[in-house]
Formats: sequence, structure tokens, C-alpha cells
Amino acid sequence: MNGLGWALADSWTIARRTLTHWRMQPGLVLFQWFFPVLMLLMFGGLLGGAMEFPEGSSYYELLVPGIFALAMLFGLEGTMTAVTTDVSKGVTDRFRSLPMSSTAVVLGRCIADMLDSVVTLLVLVATGLALGWRWHEGLPSALAAFGLLLLLRFALLWIGIFIGLTVKNAQSVTMVQVLVWPIGFLSSTFVATSTMPTWLGTIAQWNPLSATATASRQLFGNPDPSSTTTWIGTHAELAAVIAPLLLTAIFLPLSAHRFRTLSR
Amino acid sequence: MTTETVIEAVGVRKNYKGGTEGAGLNGFDLEVTAGTVTGLLGPNGAGKTTAVRILSTLLEMDSGTATIAGYDVGRQGAEVRRRIGLVGQYAAVDEILTGRQNLVMFGRLNHLKNHQSRADELLERFSLTEAAGQAVSKYSGGMRRRLDLAASLIVAPRVLFVDEPTTGLDPAGRIEVWSAVRQLVDGGTTVLLTTQYLEEADQLANRISMLRAGKVVAEGTPDELKTQLGSDRLEILLADPADVPRVVELAGPLADGEIQVVDVRVSVPVKDRTKALVVMVNSLHEARIEPEDITLRRPTLDEVFLHLTGAAA
Repeated sequence: MNGLGWALADSWTIARRTLTHWRMQPGLVLFQWFFPVLMLLMFGGLLGGAMEFPEGSSYYELLVPGIFALAMLFGLEGTMTAVTTDVSKGVTDRFRSLPMSSTAVVLGRCIADMLDSVVTLLVLVATGLALGWRWHEGLPSALAAFGLLLLLRFALLWIGIFIGLTVKNAQSVTMVQVLVWPIGFLSSTFVATSTMPTWLGTIAQWNPLSATATASRQLFGNPDPSSTTTWIGTHAELAAVIAPLLLTAIFLPLSAHRFRTLSR
Repeated sequence: MTTETVIEAVGVRKNYKGGTEGAGLNGFDLEVTAGTVTGLLGPNGAGKTTAVRILSTLLEMDSGTATIAGYDVGRQGAEVRRRIGLVGQYAAVDEILTGRQNLVMFGRLNHLKNHQSRADELLERFSLTEAAGQAVSKYSGGMRRRLDLAASLIVAPRVLFVDEPTTGLDPAGRIEVWSAVRQLVDGGTTVLLTTQYLEEADQLANRISMLRAGKVVAEGTPDELKTQLGSDRLEILLADPADVPRVVELAGPLADGEIQVVDVRVSVPVKDRTKALVVMVNSLHEARIEPEDITLRRPTLDEVFLHLTGAAA
């Protein structure tokens, strides 16, 4: 096998390690996959009754794509925790002392986490469909929406790896985990940004999470009343492509650099 | 006897900018011959782990040169990594996976074709066959270290770095790991072992390099190092504390260095062992002092260590 072949084979070996983790700890991974479902049911029940929607439509039409995006954000925690654990336990050092390509360590993580996100989305889609949520613009458009969601996850992956390699211990990870919540809430995930005070709504609209949520609502044909009034609102699809690419462009090289210079 | 040098470090320097992350190296020299166990001995913060991390390509040095089996650590990292195994301070194995799954994974990552059979072989060799299907999180400390050792031996490395293998283990775990390390040596692997336990270095190493503040301050076989501290010691344990000044006075002419007194124990450094013993016994007899015990002993490595690293000063 040549260099590239080995790099891919090594990446798959590393990714398979995570898949084996799933098999060894099914309870944990099921909880991870069903946590967004819990959020969906909880917020749907809590807030849905208080909002008015046109005949034949429900809060889930707005909420389900929002929860899709939120689940992508929550995936960040999993990436971060896995990376920090490997560094602190010396597993990363063992990988680095092997005659394998160092790209594979990161690429393997990437493959595993993207697979994880696909499963998360499938579970959420099934739940959403059961609750009455539908896509209205045809399958290709819906697939494009899922593509945007996974693109966001891909960008967040590099942030997760970067933070995971940077923080020194599990306590710092907990701090970041707490910060994930306000970032998740300060967006168009749960409510239209137009219902917020103007300044807060503006911040929320510029949250990359909102761009992806709003763009996927447009592609699914779900209502998002916040999206028509401002520049960022009308260009959500563009923003949902550019923001993740921009984040990747920043954090991928930073992560790679961190990895190469670990404990230097 | 062949004296091929497999590890060589000359004037290696490493400064940590923050100063808190680890101990630096300050002109570190080392030469290790094939098929030996060299103990890198030093207190916390002496730079032991830094040295191992540099030699195993995990860390870049600021200046100096180092080679493993003739390959430059800085420029030929991939070649070096193909010839080394590393056992770190923590058992660097995946706790969620089983012992066997760990070894198979590391076998694959070492690009080994027969990773399955190799895993079984190593499990057998380190007496882990029974626990092979259990998650590592259920292993005892000693079992984890043994698995860690097995994982670093997947491709039979020329050089194995073992960084503080028994830190945090109970005595039973220590003995397990020691016997595992001895097995490696019988297999002809060159081992560089770091430890802060003198007993461990004395037990396992053919040669010891003592490290202090990032520099080797003494080097030799355990016996040579003990001789470096100089003389044997004549120790007299008295029954009556009132006799101590008199005994110190009597021992005066025999002493080759400073006489130490701790409670009723008088410790006299002496040159001519047997003669000193006979003279002392006679003098005590004449002075009608009956000691509880009188012994002649070589300095322990602990004393050598304290002496050379200046930790006692």
C-alpha cells in the first residue's frame, strides 16, 4: 500500500475504534443519540402550546429543523471530550509514537463523529416525522438541507478538536459545555428572531447556528418568519455555506498546528 | 561482546517557555549499548520524561543531537518511530475497549498483517489471556501496565522507552511489571527506563544515569555508583545513649569522612573494611561498651542518590 492508502486505512482503524466504543457502551451512545429527541419533545411540549400557527401547521414545523441544528452544536461536546480524554490518558501520545500517519488520528476522529451525526439526524428525522413535521420541497432540496447541517457539524468538529487539544483537563471541558447552551439558545432554534428585542435578535440572526437553521427551514419548506426582514435573514442559505467554511478555514489549520506541536 | 550504541544523545537542551509544563534539559548526554537496560534515575522535575519524549520524537529539542539506531531523532522521525516502543507514565490504552481489541487496533496501526495472531501471542506472554475479552476499565493497575507493555511490543522494537512504569502501582503491581520488564530484556530488547525509585533501578538496570536539573550527574553500573560515594560504612548500634560520645571518639582514627550519629546509631565511613571492624570491636571491648549490633555495609543507592543529586543539601 502507498502512503495515501495507509493514511486512509489508519483513519478507518481509528474511526472503527469509536464504533467499537458504541458497541461496548450502548447505553451511553443511545443516550447521546436520544438526547436531542428529548429536547425536541420537551421544548415542543413546553413552548408549542403558547404559540399560534396557521391552520394545519404546528410548532414542530419550526422547531424540528432548529433542533437539527442544535444537535449539530451539541456534537461539539462529544468531539471535545473524546479528544481531551485521549490526550490526558496518553493515548494520543501512543498514536503519535507509532509509524502511522498523524493525519489519520484526526481524520479518524472526523469520520467517527460525522457518522455519529448522521445517526443523530436519522433518529431526529424519524421522531420529527412521527410528530407531524414534513419537508415540502422534495427530496433533493431536503438532502441539501441535511448537507448544510452536516457541513455545520464538520466545521464544529474542528472547533471541538482544537479546544480538546488546547484545554488541559475535564473541568475545562465542563466549562465549554456550559457555554454551548447560551450559544444554542441565542439563535433561531426555538423561536423566530423577530420576536426578540431588536439588538438580541440581530445577534441571534448572525449566530451561524441560526443561518443553518433558517436555511434548512427554507430548503424543507418550513416556516421561519424571522428570515425576511434583514440582509442576513434573506441570505441565510449563503451564510449557512460560508460561515461553516470560514470556521473550518480557521480551526482546521489551528487544530493541525496544535496536534503537531502538542506539548512542545 | 558487541558494544553497538543504539541510543545516543549529545548536549540536548530543551527549555520550556512557561517553565511550569515540565522540566527542561540542560546539556543532556546519554549513550546506551544494545541489549542493556539503562535506568534514568532522578527526582521529580529532573527532566526524565522530557528526555524520553525527545528521544521518542514526541517533543522537539532546542539544540543538541540525538540518534536512535543511527537515525536522527529530529530529521528522521518516521524511521525512529519504526524502531521504538513507548510505555508512558499512564497506561496509554483505550479503557473502553477490551485488552484484545486494544492490541488488535495497535497492531493494525503498526501495519501488521497478522495483527490477530500477534495480539493473542502477546496476551499469552503477559498472562492476560483470561482477561482478553474484558474491558480495560475492569483491569487492575498492574494488568493495565502489562497491557501497555504488550501494546508497545507489537512490532518487537529495537528500543523500548519505559517511563516510570510503576508510578502509582501497589507493591503487587510493581512486582508484576518488574517481571514483565525482565522478560523483555531476556528477549534482547534495549530498554531505557526512567524511575524515581532507586530500588527499581537497582533491580532492573545494568547501567544507571543519574539526572539532576536536566543534566546527567553520574553514570555507571549500580555497583560503580555505590563505589563512587566512597567508603563502606561501619554501623554501631548502642544500647546506652550515654556511650555515644565515647564511641565517636574511639571511631575517630578509623573514620574516612564524617561520622554520623542518629540517636544511638553511630555510622562511620571506613576504608579498610575488615581491619576497621576488628579494631572497632577491640576498642569497644577494652572500653567495656557492649553494642546492640555492629555491622559493615556498602552505601545504599539512596545514599548515592542523595549525595549526587544534592537533594539532601
